[in-house]
Amino acid sequence: MLAYTIYLSFAGALVLAMWPRAWAKSARVFALMIALAGLGVALAGFIAARGQGSVAVADASWVPALGIHYTLQADGISRVLVLLTGLAAVAGILFSWYIGTREGDRANEFFAFFLALIGGVYGVFLSVDLFLLFVFYEIAIVPKYFLIAIWGSTRREYGAMKLALYSFAGSAMVLIGLLAAYAVAGSHTMNLYELAKFPFPVSFQMWVFPLVFTGFAILAGMWPFHTWAPTGHVAAPTAASMLLAGVVMKLGAYGCLRVAMTLFPHGLDPWGFSFLGIDSWRTVFALFAVIGIVYGAVVALVQNDFKFVIGYSSVSHMGLVLLGLLTLTQIGIDGAVLQMFSHGVLAGLMFAIVGRIVYERTHTRDLGALSKLQLGKAMPFAAWLFVIAGMASMGLPGFSGFVAEVQVLIGAWKAFPWFAIVAGVGIVVGVAYTWRAMQRAFFSDMAVVDAEGVADPVPEYEPVTWAEKAGVILLAGTSLLIGLFPRLLLDEIIPAVQALPHALLTGGR
Amino acid sequence: MNGAINSIDYGQLFAITIPETILEVVSLLILIVDLGLLRRSSRTVRMASACLLGVAASAAAAVWLLGHSQVASLAGDALVVTPLVAAAQIGILLLTALVLLLSLKAEFTRNPGEFVAIVLLATTGMLLVTAARDLLVIFVALELLSLSLYVLTAFAKSSAQSAEAALKYYLFGGMSAALMLFGFSYLYGLTGTTNLSSMTYPLSGESMPLAVVALVLVAAGLGFKVAAVPFHLWAPDTYQGAPAPVTALIASGSKVASFALLVAITDGMIAPPSSETGNGLWIVLLLAMAAGSIVLGNLAALVQTSVRRLLAYSAIAHAGYMLLGIAAHTGQSAAAVLYYALTYALTTVGAFGVIGIVERNTGSDRLDAFAGLSRRNPPLAGTMLLYLLSLAGIPPLVGFWAKFNLFAAVLRAATASHWALPLVAAALAASAVSLYYYLQVLKRIYVLKPVNESPMQVSFVELTVLVLIALAVALLGIFPGALSGWIPLG
Repeated sequence: MLAYTIYLSFAGALVLAMWPRAWAKSARVFALMIALAGLGVALAGFIAARGQGSVAVADASWVPALGIHYTLQADGISRVLVLLTGLAAVAGILFSWYIGTREGDRANEFFAFFLALIGGVYGVFLSVDLFLLFVFYEIAIVPKYFLIAIWGSTRREYGAMKLALYSFAGSAMVLIGLLAAYAVAGSHTMNLYELAKFPFPVSFQMWVFPLVFTGFAILAGMWPFHTWAPTGHVAAPTAASMLLAGVVMKLGAYGCLRVAMTLFPHGLDPWGFSFLGIDSWRTVFALFAVIGIVYGAVVALVQNDFKFVIGYSSVSHMGLVLLGLLTLTQIGIDGAVLQMFSHGVLAGLMFAIVGRIVYERTHTRDLGALSKLQLGKAMPFAAWLFVIAGMASMGLPGFSGFVAEVQVLIGAWKAFPWFAIVAGVGIVVGVAYTWRAMQRAFFSDMAVVDAEGVADPVPEYEPVTWAEKAGVILLAGTSLLIGLFPRLLLDEIIPAVQALPHALLTGGR
Repeated sequence: MNGAINSIDYGQLFAITIPETILEVVSLLILIVDLGLLRRSSRTVRMASACLLGVAASAAAAVWLLGHSQVASLAGDALVVTPLVAAAQIGILLLTALVLLLSLKAEFTRNPGEFVAIVLLATTGMLLVTAARDLLVIFVALELLSLSLYVLTAFAKSSAQSAEAALKYYLFGGMSAALMLFGFSYLYGLTGTTNLSSMTYPLSGESMPLAVVALVLVAAGLGFKVAAVPFHLWAPDTYQGAPAPVTALIASGSKVASFALLVAITDGMIAPPSSETGNGLWIVLLLAMAAGSIVLGNLAALVQTSVRRLLAYSAIAHAGYMLLGIAAHTGQSAAAVLYYALTYALTTVGAFGVIGIVERNTGSDRLDAFAGLSRRNPPLAGTMLLYLLSLAGIPPLVGFWAKFNLFAAVLRAATASHWALPLVAAALAASAVSLYYYLQVLKRIYVLKPVNESPMQVSFVELTVLVLIALAVALLGIFPGALSGWIPLG
C-alpha cells in the first residue's frame, strides 16, 4: 500500500506539469489533494503495519540481466520517515497557498517540482534495491534546484547551484561506492540485504565506507560539508526550506544508516593505530558530528538574519542525528531516528513561521529590524507558536525534541563520554540562540520612540490565513503528540533498530 | 588479402549490403526528383520531398535489417554482420531519419536534393564503417563518411562560419586520415594482412617498435573521428559553424559508427588470450585519450557561452567515458559502449533540434538566446530539460542508465582490474562537474525572464519528433530492459 505514496506524488507532478497555464490558480488545490492523499496512505500504512517488523511493499523484476529489482520494503524506520514526508508535504503546500494568487507565479510548475521532489523522497525511504534507492535519491536533486532558483529570494541562483552541486557531488561518491560493491560482490544483486550478506574484505570496507558515508552525510549537513545548508535554506522559498530541512536532510542521514553503515559495518572498525586519539572512521565522523553540533549552535547565536539562525540550527540538530547513529548503541540509534522525525517537524514549523507568517507581513528577516516592530503584540499567534516551536527545538520535556536528544546523549555517553559532554554544551548554546532569536524578534518591545516620547503604535498586519494556521497547528500538534506519547513512534523504531545487522550494533570492536 | 578480395562472391556481397544499396539508389533518385521533376517547385516543397524520401530510404533499410537478422561474413571477414553490428546500423538509420525529419523546415540551403543525397551517402559510409573488418574497406568507408560530412558542413553557402568550420574540419580530418593510412600501412607491413581478424596473432607475438608507431598513428585517426583529446580541436568550431542538422549528424550517427569501429579495431588489436606487448600499448593510448577527454571536455564546457560549443565540449567528455568502455574490451563493455553511444546520439539529435529551432527564432545559439524558453514555448523547454538532464546522467533518464551500465561493465571487466576503479571514480566525479554547465542552460530556460515574450514558432512535425525523442529518453530510462533483445545488457 505504501508504494502509492510514490505513485500518487509522481502522477500528481506529471499532471501538474501539463496543467494548462490558464488554470494555474487551481493547481494548489490539486497539489494539496495529492499531498493529503499521500499523507493518508502513509498514515494508513503506518497503522496497518504496526508491530509487524519489515513489510514487503512491492517486488518486481526490473533489469534481470543485472540483478536489479524494483523492491520496496518498509521497516519501522522507513514507516516513520514516510509519515514525516507526508506531514512535510501537506504543511509545505499549506504554506505555499499564496502561490497561484498572483500573475506570473507559475503555480503549476511550482507544485509539479514540489510533488516530484516529494515522490523521490518517499521512494528513497521505501527502496531496498540500491539501484532503485539511488535513482530516487537523484530524482530529488533537480526539483530542489528549480524550486530555489525560480521561486527563491536572497541570492537564489547561487544558493540553488551550490545545493545542486553539493548534492550531485555527494551522490557521485555514493555511486562510486555502490558500483564498486556491486562489482566486488559478483554483480548478481543490488538488493541491500542480499548485498549486506556478502563478506566484503575489511580493507575494501575501510575505503568504501568513508566514501559512501561522506557522500550521504553531505546532504545531512555534516560539518565541514554543511555550507550548502544555510545558504540553501535562506535562498529557498518557504515551502522548499521546509522540505530541505524537514525531509531532504533526512535523506542523507537515512542513507548513512541504511546504506553506508549496513553494507560496510567493518568500515567502523578501529584502524589499529591511533592519531591524536582518533582510531577509526567512527571517531572521525563522530568528531565531525560534535563539531557540527557546537559550531552550528555558536554560529546561530550571532546571526542577524532570522532564517540563517534556523539554517544553522539545522546543522546543529543534524549533528545530533549523526552522533546518535555513530554511537552504534540501540538507544543512540533509536534517538537518532526519533530526532530525524522531530527535527523534520520542528524545522518545518520554524521556517514556516519565520519565512512565511512573519516575513510576508513585515518584509524583513533582520532581527534588529524585527525587534522594533512589537511582533509579540502585533502577531500574538505567530509569537506564541514560535515560543512553542522554540521550546520544543531546545529540548524541553513534553516535546518530541526532548525524548530524541536524551536518547542520543545517553547513547553517546556510553560510546564517547567526552563527545557527549561537548554535545551537551552545544545543546545549552541551542537554548541560548533560540532564546535570543525569540526575544529579539517577538518580545523586545523596543518600539521606536519619536522626539515627543510617543511610541509608535503597534503595527497592524493582515490576519494569519486559515492555511497558515492549519499548517502550523499540524506541525506543532505532531511535535506535542510525539513528546507526550513517544511510544507511538518508538514502538516501531526500536524493533527496526534491533533488526539491523548484528555487525552494526557491535561495530567498532 | 588478395586471394580473399579477389575470390569475392558478388551474390553474397549484394545480400549483405542491401541496406547500403537502398540508400545509394534513393540518393540518386532524390537527385533525379529534385533536379528533374520539382525544378520549378518552391524550395519548401523540394526540401520536404527530399527529406521524406530520405526518411523512407532509412526506414526501408532499417526494416530490412530488422527482418533479416543474420550472421554472415564476406570475403574472409572484410565485411561482417553480427547482431551487434546490425543493432548499430539500425540505430544509425533511425538517427539519420530523425535528423532528416528535423531538417524539413531548414532554410540554410538552396540545394535540398543535393543536401539529402549527401546525407544518405554519409549514412552509407556509417553503415559500412560499422560492418568493415578489413583495413582497406575501413579506410574507404571512413573516407566516404568524412568527405560527405566535410561537404555537408559547408552547406550553408551564405554563411562564412559554415565555410570556416568546414575548412577546419577538412584540414584536421585530412591530416588524421593521412596519419591513419600511414599507420595502416605499417600494420600491413608488420602482419602481412589487412584483415583485422587474422592480424591479432602476429601483432601480439613480439615487441616491435614499429608496432608502437603504427598504433599511435591509428589512434590519432580514430581519436579524430570520436573527437577525443588531443585530437578534438576541430569539434567546437565545427559544431558551432555547421548547419544544425549537420551538427546533429556529426554528433550522432558518425559517433555511433566510429565507436563501433573502435570496438572492432580494439578486438583486432588484442588477441583473445591477452598478451603483454602491442595490445598493452593500445590500452594505454585509449586510457590516455579517455582521461584527457573527460577532464578537458568537462572543464572547457564550464566556460562556454555558446550552447553549440558547450555541447561540443560535452561530446568530448562523453567520448572519454565511452573510451573507458572500449579499453575494458570485454563483450559486455562493448555492448555497453554501443548502448551508450546510441542513446547519447539520440539525446544529442534532440538537443540540436531544439538549438536549431531557437536559432531560427532568435538568430543566435548563445546561452542568452535560451532565456525564458519555458514561457515562450513550454513543450520545447520540457523536451530540452529531459535531454540535458539525460546528458548529465540524472535518473530515471536513459543517460543515467547508460552510464551505470557502462561503468558497471568496466568495473566488472577482469581485463581492466588495475585501472578501472580510479578512472571510473574520476569519470563520475567529472560528471558531477558536468551538471553545472547543463544547469547553466536550464537556468536560462526555466529561471531567467525572456528578453522577448513572443512565442517561439515550431512546426508540428518538429515538435512531434522532439517529443517522441524526449519520450524515448524518459521511457528507456524507466524500462532499461526494453532494448535488451536488441543490444544485450550485462
